[in-house]
Amino acid sequence: MTESSAITPEQVEHLASLSRIAMSEDELKSLAGDLSTILGNVARINEVAGDDVPATSHPIPLTNVMRPDVVGETLSSEQALASAPAAADDKFLVPQILGEV
Amino acid sequence: MKYEDAIKKYDPVIGIEVHVELGTATKMFDAAPNTFGGGPNTNVTPTSLGLPGSLPVVNEKGVEYAIKIGLALGCEIAETCRFARKNYFYPDVPKDFQTSQSDEPIASEGQVEVELEDGTIVTVPVERAHMEEDAGKNTHVGGATGRIQGADHSLVDYNRAGVPLVEIVTHPITGTGERAAEVAAAYVRTLRDIFRALDVSEARMEQGNVRADVNVSLRESPDAPLGTRTETKNVNSFRSIERAVRFEIARQATLLEAGEKIVQETRHFHEETGETSSGRPKSDADDYRYFPEPDLVPLEPSRDWVEQLRATLPELPAQKRRRLLAEWNFSDLEMRDIVNAGLLEAIEDTVAAGTKPAQARKWWTGEVARLANQEEKRPTELVTPAQVAELVELIGQGKLNDKLAKDVLSGVAAGEGDPAEVMKARDLEIVEDTGALEAAVEEAIAANPDVVEKIKGGKMQAIGALMGPIMKATRGQADAGKAKDLILAKING
Repeated sequence: MTESSAITPEQVEHLASLSRIAMSEDELKSLAGDLSTILGNVARINEVAGDDVPATSHPIPLTNVMRPDVVGETLSSEQALASAPAAADDKFLVPQILGEV
Repeated sequence: MKYEDAIKKYDPVIGIEVHVELGTATKMFDAAPNTFGGGPNTNVTPTSLGLPGSLPVVNEKGVEYAIKIGLALGCEIAETCRFARKNYFYPDVPKDFQTSQSDEPIASEGQVEVELEDGTIVTVPVERAHMEEDAGKNTHVGGATGRIQGADHSLVDYNRAGVPLVEIVTHPITGTGERAAEVAAAYVRTLRDIFRALDVSEARMEQGNVRADVNVSLRESPDAPLGTRTETKNVNSFRSIERAVRFEIARQATLLEAGEKIVQETRHFHEETGETSSGRPKSDADDYRYFPEPDLVPLEPSRDWVEQLRATLPELPAQKRRRLLAEWNFSDLEMRDIVNAGLLEAIEDTVAAGTKPAQARKWWTGEVARLANQEEKRPTELVTPAQVAELVELIGQGKLNDKLAKDVLSGVAAGEGDPAEVMKARDLEIVEDTGALEAAVEEAIAANPDVVEKIKGGKMQAIGALMGPIMKATRGQADAGKAKDLILAKING
């Protein structure tokens, strides 16, 4: 993403549908503007980072952080479901899902 | 169009993605137990549920198993690799993304030698094997069919969410022609055997430990570019894999014949009918927006670790078959029968206990298999390799002949004890009492003067007519060789 790239309302609409968020035309337009500004600001990093700076996914230079395969503490189903909006049969109850598997 | 006609007209190309659940004690990124069963939402931690503030930590054993699988498939193990977020919004992933690996898999570029039923070896090229986590389980409630369409709501259990998976992806498998369906099933079976040999998974198809997605496309000729493919999801038995590939090849050929286009889509396999049906088209929904998982640091398996793990690899099933085939000097057909009957290990152990390979094969594939079939059990549930070795030894010592040995075996199978015990308890040991044998021989000679004349006249095969009465008199326990010697000694002496 470069500084000049602008986010279109169509791109926002696509993202909204991927995220299953319903948005009005006005919201799409205003969010397109906001996202363009945010990306523009982030793109300034490109100005500082030269070819000698490798792309990195993590700020801390650590590798191989792993844990032994030992069982730890778990939640009870009551605890697991404590903040669920709806539950039944010790399971999370979610609205019907259409068109996908 | 039928499968048989379709593969004459078109060149099928298949691709297979296999997911295997690893048999670790805990999940891939948290310390919740990785166990089958248990009450809903009990094998969970805040991380399994994707609760705010929870952080994943990689399970070392999961990485170890992934490396072992990679090595067994002849893959390169990456010197550095990362996890990535695969973003999609569906209730079975509580975090709204699946932690997976994208362009940096832990293992890449290997191959699997697959042996078909007639002994043909097909080499399947493996593109990659990567680590990821399983999703939770949705139950759709309401609606006439219990499937998603028409469901009122869904219930979600996250016990399975976060269970370690390794996904193995093939390159397009070409050149299999009419055997495409057979190759697909045999490939997954081979992987299943490898997982078991490595002891990285229970690898039970019926429990969903191993799941396959099967891609199929057709093209006019092997020189033509690849056709549009469909992906049939979650085909969970070897037979279903074969049926699904056959069905898709026939279905796609029918469409192409009618001048129609293949829609790139996921499809579902229906066990009852052997057919596939349209799932969802490949489209925006497959835009997963992968990016490196910021909550996990890169993984750099040291070369020492990789080599240590390579040194622990057991002999793989295909290597073992080849080695034993050479050592035992069996025909390809004999070897295949043994493998298909699941008797390879039993015979190997019997040979290790001192039995000649041919004898071990004869008893396991013969009488033991027959008894097992009759009892509807596995041969190894009836007798042990040590017992078969003991039985063969008793025959070698002249204490049993084949007929008596079968009686002994039925006693062993019935749980009456080891062969020597059964032989004694059932009084089946060949009579060493030469007095009794002599008496029986004399009796037989006296009762059959015409036969004796024939033998005197040089017709040696007439001896057989005397053996019946002798065996009868000794209740089958006479040593045929000794009896024959005695007959000749008495007649000619």
